Amino acid sequence: MSFTIKKEGEIVVVDVEGQLIVGNRQELKQKVLDELERGEKKFLIDFAQTGYIDSSGLGVLVSLSKKIREQGGELRLANLNDDLKTLFELTKLDTLFQISDTRDRALASF
Amino acid sequence: MAASPTNDAGLRVSLEVEIPSDVAYIERVVELIRHPCAELAYNAHQLALNVPVALSEAISNAILRANNEDPGKRVFVRADVDALRLVVDVQDEGEPFDIDDNIRDATDPDNIEREDGRGLFLMRALMDRVERFDANGAPAGNVVRLILTRA
Repeated sequence: MSFTIKKEGEIVVVDVEGQLIVGNRQELKQKVLDELERGEKKFLIDFAQTGYIDSSGLGVLVSLSKKIREQGGELRLANLNDDLKTLFELTKLDTLFQISDTRDRALASF
Repeated sequence: MAASPTNDAGLRVSLEVEIPSDVAYIERVVELIRHPCAELAYNAHQLALNVPVALSEAISNAILRANNEDPGKRVFVRADVDALRLVVDVQDEGEPFDIDDNIRDATDPDNIEREDGRGLFLMRALMDRVERFDANGAPAGNVVRLILTRA
């Protein structure tokens, strides 16, 4: 499991490879907060290569969403498979995040 | 290749795993239990969502909340899988707790922006049954039992 960060124009894109769970959530949080501290405002987290997400992983996404908003930025999510969509729907987090079906749509939505 | 339901009928897989109170072990335990479920043709959603997420929650609760990540305490996971259902017992060495205590509706608009409080909610949503009872014998602790009927 790992996180890859790259820039697409002015958008910071994070790919989550493998699971986003209690064992690695702090790594994701720190990587995004480092970018936020550097002055980045637009963030996209892409789950195309993600297995499963546990409640700690969801909690980190909620926390990052708040921190990015507090800095006047935006966080969008993309490429949730059917099971991840179910997870977001169960927890009603689909109402909190702006979620796009594809990376391109998410990038175009900023 | 997953076995056909007919061939699955008499098959039962039991396993026991013991880990230290370290969240780094959770993913491996989840895989150890997910594998026989796949062999017994549990459906794709159960393999990708119900089993891994609920298990991950139960084990992380045992490590973080019950055992407080105490390196001297262990977590014991026992799984029985057959063509009808998966039963997993996650045993900690912590103080007794009430699993129904402090239940918060994680989907309530007042709670939606909370970072925590979704673990038990997800276990209950993704499993058919979630129970807690006292561990028998030594070491003392809690057992959280997860039951999922194969679909």
